[in-house]
Formats: sequence, C-alpha cells, structure tokens
Amino acid sequence: MKIDRRSFIKSAAATSAVATATSLFPGISFASWKQLEGATGMIRWEKAPCRFCGTGCGVLVGVSGDRAVAVKGDPACSVNKGLCCVKGYHSVQALYGKDRLTKAQVRKNGKMVEVPIQEALDIIAAKMKETIDKHGKDSVAMYGSGQWTIPDGYVASKLFKGCIGTNNVEANARLCMASAVTGFLTSFGVDEPMGCYEDIDYANVFITWGNNMAEMHPVLFSRMLAQRKRRNDVTIIDFATRTTRTSQASDKSILFKPQTDLAVANAICYEIIRNDWVNWDFVNKHVSFHKGKTNIGYGLEDKFKFKDKAEGIDFEQFKTFLKDYTPEKVEKMSGVPARDIRYLASLYGDPTKKVTSFWCMGMNQHTRGTWINNLVYNIHLLVGKISTPGNSPFSLTGQPSACGTVREVGTLTHKLPHGVVMKPKARELAEKIWELPAGSIDPKPTYHTVAMFRALDRGDIRFMWIQVTNPMVTMPKLKRYRDGALKEDRFIVVSDVYPTPTTDVADVILPAAMWVEQEGMFGNSERRTQHFDEIVPPPGEAMSDTWQIIEVARRLGFEKQFPWSQEEYIGKIWEEYRRFHDSPKHNMAPYKVLKARSGVQWPFVNGKETRWRFNAKHDPACTSGEDFHFYGKKDNRAWIWARPYEPAAESPDQEYNFWLNTGRVIEHWHTGSMTRRVPVLHNAMPSAYVEINPEDAADMGIVNGEMIKIISRRGEVTMPASINGRGVPTRGQVFVPFFDEKYLINEVTLDAFCPISKQPDYKKCAVKLEKA
Amino acid sequence: MPVLAYIVTPRSGEKNKLLKELNAMQHCEALSADNADILILVTDTPDKETEKQLEKQLNKIESMESLSMTFGYNDELQYKGEGDGHEDR
Repeated sequence: MKIDRRSFIKSAAATSAVATATSLFPGISFASWKQLEGATGMIRWEKAPCRFCGTGCGVLVGVSGDRAVAVKGDPACSVNKGLCCVKGYHSVQALYGKDRLTKAQVRKNGKMVEVPIQEALDIIAAKMKETIDKHGKDSVAMYGSGQWTIPDGYVASKLFKGCIGTNNVEANARLCMASAVTGFLTSFGVDEPMGCYEDIDYANVFITWGNNMAEMHPVLFSRMLAQRKRRNDVTIIDFATRTTRTSQASDKSILFKPQTDLAVANAICYEIIRNDWVNWDFVNKHVSFHKGKTNIGYGLEDKFKFKDKAEGIDFEQFKTFLKDYTPEKVEKMSGVPARDIRYLASLYGDPTKKVTSFWCMGMNQHTRGTWINNLVYNIHLLVGKISTPGNSPFSLTGQPSACGTVREVGTLTHKLPHGVVMKPKARELAEKIWELPAGSIDPKPTYHTVAMFRALDRGDIRFMWIQVTNPMVTMPKLKRYRDGALKEDRFIVVSDVYPTPTTDVADVILPAAMWVEQEGMFGNSERRTQHFDEIVPPPGEAMSDTWQIIEVARRLGFEKQFPWSQEEYIGKIWEEYRRFHDSPKHNMAPYKVLKARSGVQWPFVNGKETRWRFNAKHDPACTSGEDFHFYGKKDNRAWIWARPYEPAAESPDQEYNFWLNTGRVIEHWHTGSMTRRVPVLHNAMPSAYVEINPEDAADMGIVNGEMIKIISRRGEVTMPASINGRGVPTRGQVFVPFFDEKYLINEVTLDAFCPISKQPDYKKCAVKLEKA
Repeated sequence: MPVLAYIVTPRSGEKNKLLKELNAMQHCEALSADNADILILVTDTPDKETEKQLEKQLNKIESMESLSMTFGYNDELQYKGEGDGHEDR
C-alpha cells in the first residue's frame, strides 16, 4: 500500500501551519499531530540531521515504500527538541525536483551527452592521470564542501593528499568558517566552540554580533525567545549593520558602520578595564597577552603571502593599546553612541549576568575576520565568562558539516585529519593509518580557495573536481573565475543533484546521491556528530560522493587504500577516521553509538560527551589541576590579542558611494539550488532583491520593485528594489541575498580576504546604484 | 483541487468547541495545540467553487476569533510547472 499524492500534500499543508505556529509562538506543542501516521499507518520514521544549515536539527523522515513523504522534528534531539524551521519541514521535497540529475553527462563536441556512470568515471580517472603526467601532481584539485558528509571529505583527503600527494584539497567552508577556525587557533590553540547550545538555557544576555539569527538559525533563535519568555532576566541585544528580523525581536538594536566592529570590541575591553570589571583571578591564572603584525593587506593580488608573528606583551601594554579606543573616539568611527558602548561593556562586565555572544558570517566574512574573532574572545576572557554554562563566545556555522567534514576531517590545503601537513608527526600519522610509504604527503600547502580558482584561471591547475557546492554562484569577483573555468584546456568535473551554473561549466557531470539517499555523518556547530542511514534509494544512477571518489581512486591504482564493499564502507571509513582523533581532546564516538543516537558530542571519552571544553568539571582533557585548563596553547593559557581597527579593502567613495552587503534569507539555503525547487519555499521567496534605505531611495526617486543597476569596479547586476521590506540597511548601504542565480550578485563583489584565514569578505565592497 | 492550511484562533474559552465544529465540517481536518489556544486547520476541497463556499461557512463560525492562511496548493498551477524554481534558469 502506498501513500497517495493528496495525503502527502495535506501533510505538507499541516506541516507548514505547524511550522508557522512554532515560529510565531515559541514553545507551542502539537503532540497530537501525527501527520499521516494515523490516517495511513504505513509511514516509517527514520532519524537524520537536517540537510541544510549548521544548527544540526534532528529530523524524523517519514518514508512510504521507497519515497520520503514527510518530515518532523526529532523530539529526541537536544538541538531542536522536536522543532524545525520552514526549510527543515519542507526538506524532503528538495529530493524530488523534476530536473533531478539521474544520469552522468560528458561534454562531447561542445554538447553534454548522457553516458553510463561507469564510463564517466573511466573518463575522469583517465583525465586525472593524463593531467598529472603532463603537468604534475599539483595540476589536479578537489573542491568540496561543508555539505560533504564526513566520509566524503575523508576519502577526498586520502586520495588527493595521501595517494596522489597533492595538497590541492579545499572546501567552500573556506568561504564561511575559515576565520572562525583561525580565531579559535590563535586564541585557544584548538578549533571549535568550547560551549554548546545548552548555554542558551542558562544565559541572561545574548549578544548577536552581525548575526541575523532569526532568519539564519531560526531554531536556536526560537530557543532564545522561549528563554526570554520563560525567565524575566533575559536580554537580547542585536549588534549589526542593518535592521533585520533579529533586530525587531531583540530588546535593543545597535547599528554600527561596516568594519568598525573591530573598534567597538576594543572599546568594550577599554571600558571593562576602566571600570575594573576584569576577573583578575581568571585572567591571572588562565590568560596571556599578545600582539601580531599590523597593516596586513587584503590578498587582492595573485600569489599574495602573509604569515602572522605573535609577540608576548603584558597587561599594561594591552591597556595602553586600548587607549585609542575610548567610547567617544569609537563613536566617531562606528556611529555607535558612546553610551551604547558603555551599556554593552556593562552587560559583559556585570558579574551577576551570564553572557553568550553569537556570530556567524558577519564576523567571519571579514578582511579582518580572525581579528574580530580574537576581539570577542578578548571580551569574554577579560571577564572570565567562558566555558561555563551560559557564558559562551559561540561561533555558529552555516553548513551542516562545515565543522564535521571541513574542520575536523581537515579538507583544507594545509590540514590533515589530525594536524597540519607542515608538521612531520601529522604526516607520519596519516601515512601510517593510510598505509602509504613515508614521504607520500607533501609538507607544503598549495592553494586556499580563492588562490585555487586563481590558479585554475592562470593554468597552474588544469583539472578540478567540484562536489556538493556551487562556486559559479558563490565565488566573489565571479567573472574572473567563471572565465578561468571555461578556458579550453581546463577540465571540470561536477558532482551534484541538480543543474546549476557550476554544472554549466562542467566537462563531466556526475549525478550524486542527496542527503538521506546515502549513509553518512554530519558534524554541527556544537561539536555534535550526527549519523544518518540510507533511508531512500538514490534516483537513476546517482551515487554517493564518497563512492564516486572510491571508484576513481581504484581506477588510479589505489585499491589497497580503498578496499571496502558498498555494504559496509561508511562504517569502515568512520572507524579508520576515528583513529586520527584518539585522545581525550578530540575522541569521537564509535560507529555503533552514532547509529543509535540523535547525535553525539566530541570529545567522547569513556562513554561520556563533553559539553564545556577547558572546564575541569566537564572536560576530561583538563589535567592542570585548576578549574580551567586551556590546553591548546603551549603556555596552557588562552590568548588575548591586541588587534587594531583597520579599514575594509574597499570603502565607498564619491563614485562608488554605497556599501554592498550580501547574505541569505530564511526560505532559501545558500545558492537556492535545493530550496528553490521546493514550491512552497520558492513561492514564498521567488526572487532576490536589493534592500535600499528608504531615505536613500527617496533621494534617488526609487520606488519599491523598480529595477536598479548595482555597479562595482568588477561588474554589474540589475534587480528589483526592496524598500522597507524584510531588512532595512542604514543609509549608504545596500543588501542583496545571494540565493537567486538569476541575479548573480557575486559578479559585483570583491575577492579580498583575511590574510590569516584567507576567507573572503562578502559583506563589504563599494558599489553605485543606477535606475535600470 | 485546493488544499489550504490555516492557523485558527478561537474566542476565549471556546477552543474545544471550535475544534469539534471544525472537525464536523465537510472538507475540514483540525488539530489543537496542547499548550496554547491555537488550532491548525487543513481544508481539502474538490474545486475552487467548493473552497469559496467553505470559506464563507468558516467565516460564520462564532467560536472563531481569526483565521490566517499559511499554505495554499492548487493542482492546476502545480502541474503547469510554475513555481518549481527551475524555469527561471
């Protein structure tokens, strides 16, 4: 017996209403809601993490026959406790777009022609071999994703870094999380948050730093709102460059001029010290002070190089450094009233309040992204509000496995599953686990993402395999990189689930299994690894990205490194990968534990998850005998950094007189290649737009919906104006969401990046507006 | 063949009465929140005319404070391929 289409639509309708009700009334419960269960009795429910953002909501996927027909929040998952956002509730519909890729395609005489997938895999292997023979091992590259499953990223790293011996492995998480990584590494010596979402249940103050959580992390935001409703001592402050739904729901909205978050963070530290709100016991025991290089550039030129150098300073030198950041001075730079800076400092400084800071792309996509991460840690460290329930500087992620696959597996040019390629011990461990001869792994990193696409354009890279990502929408200064990919002697392989502007530049397209059509694991923002089974079969010849890589690896002669059968490969890969993290600082849960639970947090030690790292009460890796142990750094302390304000790479001038900020909307996830194929989501938000401040619009005579040309030094795009819409930018600033491939806003953006993290800044460049 | 979903607010103290009334109506399925005075209503009608008639009936229910649509589906529109996002490419 199969569920009929009508019942499915009714279930989707009820799902939509429940989703809306939960967003309007946080905490509302519909326990009697059984979706189709009661009506049909034939749905089986399987657990999985949501496909979309980095929150890692647990969902239950309802399956009838071999089709996913319903979805609901998993009440057993501590992340979302049975709730989902509008994308999550409609996620299974993303599996069934009518133009789903089900067969391999190969470009022949300029046209894409369908071929059996085995033939396409033969062509890929042959082309890789030919390219390596002709141009060397560093002429082939893999560009993956924070949507890769952990096994996907692991086998990619093993094939490219281990077997082929090139460090040309990067992932799109470089575009979203790299500054968070370098922020953690420079401040604490180890990556990923010390806290967890449970901090929301304890904090009295939430400060969102350039982070529109109401749209980007709605389930976590609803948890914050629920806490504010339940307790009378919760305050939410939105600190941002534009007014959003987060600002509207917060107790106070504070707006700052782009890039000046650096100055405001320093001013908060200045005020904390001036008022003697410093937690001296904590600082004396657990903190050391440092400064690095300044005037560090923006990476705009090819082959740009930068290496920071830490120099120890003392507290008095740090205090002297902060003299340039009095609230009055910073008010002039940032537009934030001095009284608001003092108010923020008083919230952090009040010893009776527990404070959690949340951030995501606003701080990470920043030409001083590492620095602003450091500066927010500085605030929490000065007042000792860290690593305890409710006191948490918390970097959120945007992709379901940016942490699990990219940061933990290490699918970046300089990384290995444990450690970095530059360290002999890390290479030796990988070579041992991968059963490779000593010296197989190259000790030199090659290209970070922007540099990799520049190398493709120059011809230093000739072959690139792109999996689970859409760089021909997301790369900044897009034209250069699209033109580079289209050059005659470049060979591009794209593995994806739907046609995109990236498959448009491909020489081979591989149909990929999507989400629950394969077994795998994701790793979310709070160090939680989440396993999912193959719940429904992939369509046609679609194949998991992991298995695609294994097939090519075997064709290249690496059968020994990739020996697993299709029945057991995910479990075998996980247990091999787990060997890299065999220590109390990062131990991962065994495969059978992951299969049984709705996510497990690492470090997983003696059968127990670790919720607050560096806190001796919670973290078994703490061995100093003190209440806290920041074991990531050699001095066993967390580092406070003196990092100055420096301007953006490009600021508005007389000709290009507006800031351009880009981002997302609640209905669509990233480039919209999945969510735009879900009718409910597409109809709710069918098209991108440019948000303009109403006063700027009035000055220019622009009315709502009028087509406006946005022009930068790189290119232009024309799209409808939105005035007093969902978001309202400050004067002199415009905002454009990037989900809509009709309006490629990255034709306009700048490929400047943080010299430490190499993460581009999608939030700031200069544009001018013209009526189209 | 429209399928619509609504969030329904009952008049004070009349949630259970409204739930019964809605579930007794043809083409209607309603469910109640456990911890708030909110109902979810899904309507499934054979054609647009019946949908209009049903809407009139709903508006006459005295125990109902408000009715807010959250979801709308129409077979005719969907089968034309509108709104699946891909034709914009």
